[in-house]
Amino acid sequence: MSKIRRLLACKTLILMCLPAIAFFFFFSYAPMPGAYVAFTKFNYNDGIFASKFIGFDNFKFLFQSGQLGILLRNTVLYNLGFILIGNVVQMAVAILLSEIMSKRFRKVSQSIMFLPYFISDVLVALIVYNLLNYDFGFISNLVRSFGFEMPKIYSNAKAWPVVIILVHLWKSTGYGSVVYFAAIMGIDAEMIEAAKVDGANGFRRIIHIMLPCLKPTFIILLLFSLGGIVRGNFSLFYNLVGLNSMLYTTTDIIETFVYRSMMNNFNFSQSSAVGLFQSVVGFVIVVSVNQIVKKIEPDNALF
Amino acid sequence: MVRMRQKSNKVRLELSDMLIRGFTYAAMTFASIVGVVPFLLVLGSSLSSEESIRRTGFALIPSDFSTQAYEIILKAPDTLIGSYVVTIGITAIGTAIGLLITAMTGYALSRRDFPLRNAISFYIYFTSLFSAGLVPFYLMMVQTYHLRDSYLAILLPLLVSPWLIILMKNFAKALPHEVTESGKIDGAGDFQIFTRLILPMLTPALATIGLFLAIGYWNEWYYSSLFLSSSVKYRPLQYELYQVTNKIEAIKNSYAGAVVRLADLPGETLKMATAVIATGPIILVYPFVQKYFVAGITVGAVKG
Repeated sequence: MSKIRRLLACKTLILMCLPAIAFFFFFSYAPMPGAYVAFTKFNYNDGIFASKFIGFDNFKFLFQSGQLGILLRNTVLYNLGFILIGNVVQMAVAILLSEIMSKRFRKVSQSIMFLPYFISDVLVALIVYNLLNYDFGFISNLVRSFGFEMPKIYSNAKAWPVVIILVHLWKSTGYGSVVYFAAIMGIDAEMIEAAKVDGANGFRRIIHIMLPCLKPTFIILLLFSLGGIVRGNFSLFYNLVGLNSMLYTTTDIIETFVYRSMMNNFNFSQSSAVGLFQSVVGFVIVVSVNQIVKKIEPDNALF
Repeated sequence: MVRMRQKSNKVRLELSDMLIRGFTYAAMTFASIVGVVPFLLVLGSSLSSEESIRRTGFALIPSDFSTQAYEIILKAPDTLIGSYVVTIGITAIGTAIGLLITAMTGYALSRRDFPLRNAISFYIYFTSLFSAGLVPFYLMMVQTYHLRDSYLAILLPLLVSPWLIILMKNFAKALPHEVTESGKIDGAGDFQIFTRLILPMLTPALATIGLFLAIGYWNEWYYSSLFLSSSVKYRPLQYELYQVTNKIEAIKNSYAGAVVRLADLPGETLKMATAVIATGPIILVYPFVQKYFVAGITVGAVKG
């Protein structure tokens, strides 16, 4: 009885949450039973639940053909590259920013590095094309003007891990360094002054004060990114590579495969099997990572 | 002796600091150039003649200045104006509604006296942990909600995100609890407290989250590619750009025929000019709004 009264007392707050609750119901929860499609031989006209049930056949096919292994490998390796290289570069940039004395110079360079985060991946892909296109690319011409041979990047699968990681750095460094910069600003100024009085030079201040102070931030960000290690950045990969099948061996990630299987090959069953596999594996990883965070830094645990 | 050593110590200290400073300025100048040159390259290329690009490639400063690409786009302004109207409309409506929902939910979940706050928080957060995947979502949108070829298919999925609700909750948590208490003592209802007392204090949060929403809508091409078929005449700007850069047929549909023969279409410069037109507004607004983003990321990073 008292429970009902307590809920009635906050009925306005419940009503205020209602639109969001409805939103997540219609766009996140309602499609969930549809994951059943991964276990069917899907027929578009019959719909999900009238299609023929075939058990784990879709998954079996993907495992045995080796397709799932390649997708998983690419997705995980790219994420590892993004996370490790990305965090190190972001931290380095944050430290450099904090060493800049001129406030104006700092603001301007921070703003410029931040800018690429706000543009769409469609434009990012166009910029890469502008730089690397074999015939008229800016970098291609630059390389040739120094008398070197320019490789045909758009038909060379081996080049793309480097290209994609560089593009990722270009897009995310400004954004990511903000968090580290805030952590540096949070360092007790007296500690740095004390170090100066004790004769610690710039390098030592970075190594003995800043880096140890950034370690907790680094570990937490690292763990959270590891939680998403099987989730790829569809938009970036699809715009950069698109339907250029020469590059698939090194660039196809789970998301791009799922999208293409559905939109271009109309293979809904296979697409959904890969998607469901990703969701389940991803879920297990996030929950495990959260357990680890809970152990070392309970305040930062997600749930 | 002691004085001597101190002196040499001081000199060494200054030298290492100077080295760091020199390196810092050099590195940051380089990073800034790398950040901005690609944009100038697109702009420069869009203002070159097609012929000069075929001859000497994309360049920062056009060797042969030409506004031909823009002229072609403006000769059939229909597509462009339609795209702008659609994009601005979706961005404005989506941002306004999304902001309202996010603010209401974020505030309610920040109230310590709200007994359902943990349950609802988890209900929302869970959606970012587990999803049904693309296919069930797509089929739901198309077969159940019948949203194919509807702008609602772009507007709705981007309205609310768990991350922005958590961000809003963190902003609202930072407000003094006494504000809500004083409203209650004055006899105001929860919704009144929210609109009269809380919203004015949340202005920086609304700016930050509104900008994240607006950027999301402006840059949208994904849901468009899923749900808008070629029978939709006016496409959102970034999707239009996607079509122009990826499919020459799209250029044909938009500009060729009435305006210019397909063979004469300056394909490369047309791509770059479309990019300038589709992204220009964001770049122009950016300097004035970027400080809100920095604030948002800093608050968002401090999880609670």
